[in-house]
Amino acid sequence: MSVWSGYLTLILEGALVTLQLTIMGSALALVMAFLAGLGRLSRIFAVRALATTYIEFFRGTSIFVQLFWVYFVLPLAGLTLTPLQAGVLALGLNVGAYGAEVVRGAVKAIGREQTEACVALNLSRYQRMRYVILPQALPLMLPTFGNNAIELLKGTAVVSLISLTDMTFQAQVVRAQTGNTLIPFTMILILYFAMSWTISTAMRWLERRMSRNLDGVRS
Amino acid sequence: MEWDWAFVWQIMPTLLEGFKITILATVLGAAVAAVVGLLLAIMRRSPIPAVSRTVGFVSEFIRGTPLLVQLYFIFYVLPDIGIRLSPLVAGVIGIGIHYATYTAEVYRAGIENVPRGQWEAAKAANLTTPQTWVHVILPQALPPMIPALANYFIAMFKETPLLSAITVLELMNQAKSIANSNYRYIEPMTLVGIFFLVISLISVVGLRWLEERYARMDD
Repeated sequence: MSVWSGYLTLILEGALVTLQLTIMGSALALVMAFLAGLGRLSRIFAVRALATTYIEFFRGTSIFVQLFWVYFVLPLAGLTLTPLQAGVLALGLNVGAYGAEVVRGAVKAIGREQTEACVALNLSRYQRMRYVILPQALPLMLPTFGNNAIELLKGTAVVSLISLTDMTFQAQVVRAQTGNTLIPFTMILILYFAMSWTISTAMRWLERRMSRNLDGVRS
Repeated sequence: MEWDWAFVWQIMPTLLEGFKITILATVLGAAVAAVVGLLLAIMRRSPIPAVSRTVGFVSEFIRGTPLLVQLYFIFYVLPDIGIRLSPLVAGVIGIGIHYATYTAEVYRAGIENVPRGQWEAAKAANLTTPQTWVHVILPQALPPMIPALANYFIAMFKETPLLSAITVLELMNQAKSIANSNYRYIEPMTLVGIFFLVISLISVVGLRWLEERYARMDD
């Protein structure tokens, strides 16, 4: 049993890396989602085109391909990244592209009459977004954002292939050293599930909280 | 490092060889996902709580954990209990079951979208259960599901590079071995990206067409 405690520590260290990647990746994804999502709704053609290209490009290929590209090809262009930076960049940009579509969809789902009322009240475009549209659109985005965060968490397993010592990588190490596959892999499956369960529970809580202030605004 | 067209043409046949396996894995995986998903959806509707709860939890678990780890699990743990699978078979089963938990939700939503009155009318017309399904429920439930199912088909296609981690010689793996033996990453990795991007962009156009043809299902 004492042998296993060492391996357990190894896997828990990996869990920490996975968590770190998930949190940093989600933060980047959130920023990209709003930039690109609102960018697609811009009045300026160039901004719209740029946002659309970004979204289609990152949705068109998988996280795996993007990660390898970032890790192996960018250094040739003079931009060398550590595995962690490459992981966060690829995960954040990939999931951000999916999030952008969520932002766009939620903003467009807010009725025209809200926009018209803002025009009637002489609010600026910024004020309209900040005080009227987004507070209503945000609760609509949350459930899908939760799913996207879980997709990102699942995507972090792929970074083990560029030698980042996340949970999956550590499980492989334990497998190589002990010859036992069942225990390490069952363990990380349970840990992954615990993390995704935490994300979905937290999102449900956040959603309840955010829509509480909107009582009576939306039918 | 410069882009070398001669090298591109030299590696193209090998990449196309891998691409065939990618397509094969996607099609077989989709078949597994379509069938297993339907079974899961039916079991989820079971009147026996033990069955429906278990299926619900297992689906949730599979959806909450990374496909890569599941693939490792199938490929490395099953041989311990005497089930030896070739890499491709393990990959198809893994990806198929993973996506089955997603398609099951599509089936479920599609079936639940058929109004209650249809079930009651079928009963009033004295149709047997198989007749009700074949002649009344499925013809109405299936068309709205098609765009959502096609969406997962594309997602699956993009996830196939993960199979390279369990030594399936698909596109990504061929590209990696070319890159490692020639010390040139830029062409193979970029070409893999382009392959996936082109197919995805074409399938997005196809998907739009499907969505217009069969009214989009609200989920």
